[in-house]
Amino acid sequence: MTALATATAAPAAAPASSDTILSVRDLRTQFFTRDGVVRAVDGVSFDLKRGETLCIVGESGCGKSVTALSILRLIPRGAGRIVGGSIKFEGTELTTLPEDQMRKIRGNRISMIFQEPMTSLNPVLTVGAQIAESLHIHQGLDRRAAWDRAVEMLSIVRIADPKRRAGEYPHQLSGGMRQRVMIAIALACNPKVLIADEPTTALDVTIQAQILNLMLELKERLGTAIVLITHDLGVVAETAQRVIVMYAGRKAEEASVEELFRNPIHPYTRGLMGSIPRRTATGRRSNIRGRLQEISGIVPSLREEIPGCAFAPRCSYAVDRCRTEQPPLDPHGPYHLAACWEAARVAATPR
Amino acid sequence: MDGTPGATAAETVLRVKDLKKHFPVHRGVLSRVVGHVFAVDGVSFEIHRGETLCLVGESGCGKSTVAKTVMRLQEPTAGTVELNGNDITKLGQEELRAHRREMQIVFQDPYSSLNPRMSAGAIVGEPLTNYGLAHGADLQARIAKLFERVGLRADAMAKYPHEFSGGQRQRLGIARALAVNPRLIVADEPVSALDVSVQAQVLNLLIDLQEEFRLAYLFVSHDLAVVEHIGHRIAVMYLGRIVELADNADLFGEPLHPYTEALLAAAPLPEPGAKRERLILQGDVPSPMKPPPGCHFHTRCPYAEARCKVETPKLEEVKPAHWVACHLRPRGGPFGPLKARAA
Repeated sequence: MTALATATAAPAAAPASSDTILSVRDLRTQFFTRDGVVRAVDGVSFDLKRGETLCIVGESGCGKSVTALSILRLIPRGAGRIVGGSIKFEGTELTTLPEDQMRKIRGNRISMIFQEPMTSLNPVLTVGAQIAESLHIHQGLDRRAAWDRAVEMLSIVRIADPKRRAGEYPHQLSGGMRQRVMIAIALACNPKVLIADEPTTALDVTIQAQILNLMLELKERLGTAIVLITHDLGVVAETAQRVIVMYAGRKAEEASVEELFRNPIHPYTRGLMGSIPRRTATGRRSNIRGRLQEISGIVPSLREEIPGCAFAPRCSYAVDRCRTEQPPLDPHGPYHLAACWEAARVAATPR
Repeated sequence: MDGTPGATAAETVLRVKDLKKHFPVHRGVLSRVVGHVFAVDGVSFEIHRGETLCLVGESGCGKSTVAKTVMRLQEPTAGTVELNGNDITKLGQEELRAHRREMQIVFQDPYSSLNPRMSAGAIVGEPLTNYGLAHGADLQARIAKLFERVGLRADAMAKYPHEFSGGQRQRLGIARALAVNPRLIVADEPVSALDVSVQAQVLNLLIDLQEEFRLAYLFVSHDLAVVEHIGHRIAVMYLGRIVELADNADLFGEPLHPYTEALLAAAPLPEPGAKRERLILQGDVPSPMKPPPGCHFHTRCPYAEARCKVETPKLEEVKPAHWVACHLRPRGGPFGPLKARAA
């Protein structure tokens, strides 16, 4: 097992510079179950720059949410833990930070929005009190000032009649309003990094559009960097500057959003893009009731060690080497990484 | 034609007319009825053989209730549901049973819709046993054939639901629906719980089966991309009513109802940098317990006029086979974008 914070020079897209606010290296998070060890995150590295939006995309069980929880050290103790790698936030190593120090960062400098606003809000506290709580704890505001700021935050996330709403309980609000409250709580302390885990997945599309717009607008205004975790390539295309594609706990591909959609290299990324029914801006479908591209098979169990490429059993390009040796993240162009032994052959094949 | 939206000479499998489903709301110790949720409030449409009609809309618009009421899993408050020309809304359970063979349902959640104590083979074979259509070796052979048809290995028949992945369970649900050779399959969000790569497998399977057996689908979904991919005709619902119903290309190419327009604009496209004029709706969907008077959409409609607040617009055929319920789209009127009118 790798010792904590002994990060070797794991491949990352760009070297950590002063621009980098969050730097993750060779992160490994495992869960210990009766049936064995689950390697939920299996050596993931990336950098987050100040003020940028980075999307992590992948299907259920790819490790995207566990990566987020690891950054905030929210992996339930006893169930699992970070077993290796390093997470540096503004130069501070988070994996070894004492819990009382971590608490000063969590919800203050780095905050998080979850998928289901109803289960992440406290049902017996008014929403105003929940926003004020973090301001009181982290910013040392007195009750009065914290409440006033909470009301102000509600108006910033455009909740109508914020004074009245601040005194209401979560069940009195609609799903979209609850997610606005979550954003208000997350942004109350002006965090440097906002981690949003499927923030709009539980919402209807018209409400999703409102919330995504709000997040991006507030990001511009407050200069917060966003890590947006999603399974929806439409959300990725509309919000991200850079994208990481994850599969089975590993990074499969990383590129700028334009590059990734124009020139996907990893067969999994290509499969993912081919399998979504596409709508286009011109209102014409690229694929009128034709067959969608399927990715045959299912995701591998993370309980067994995967010696080669995790995608090999489902990949039509796979050769013997793919099943025995894990492919490194190789550069393909100025800012484009893909972990595929057969990348040259894939790239030469038209989609 | 009798003016039912979508009525044509083709072979009609399902004809729904003025369907209503109101749920009483009980409160207090005496559990008195204090109001109603107007889940479905006057919905009409037809589905023909080999055709997919999609019901699309946001949560609470009544699309799933339509599906359940059509199946008579819930009793309609008013209206008729004709299956192959027979009104099934007034039938008793015994008479209904015979007609149920003609329509089968596939549910959203492949986890809760399969009995965990039954083997996969028994689940798929149950409709055959229920109707006494097969037994013994014949039954086993037919189950094996169904397994193969939906892309499952026949030797998986002895397994139990928990041993299958989400996508495989949905295949089991589809095999069970196919078992009695129905003409209509009601699919309520059948791919919403699946990952996109698996979703593609299931959508492809549904399309293949439709072509092979000339199945009619009533396909309920909130996902516009899925609907655009699989639907021949699309009905957009808002607060218990159909606001627009048209052929796929017409609806996505030239949406005429402001709500459809907003819905299409809100869905994110997998195209970075796609510049679109975005109409972002403000506010939330009103409560179906107290739907706004007049056009239900007027509280969020950027173009609403005084008349929209009092008078309920009728679903009218404003272009051939293109039905819209909007006062701003008078019959035979100009069909330029609504934006121009609002400006």
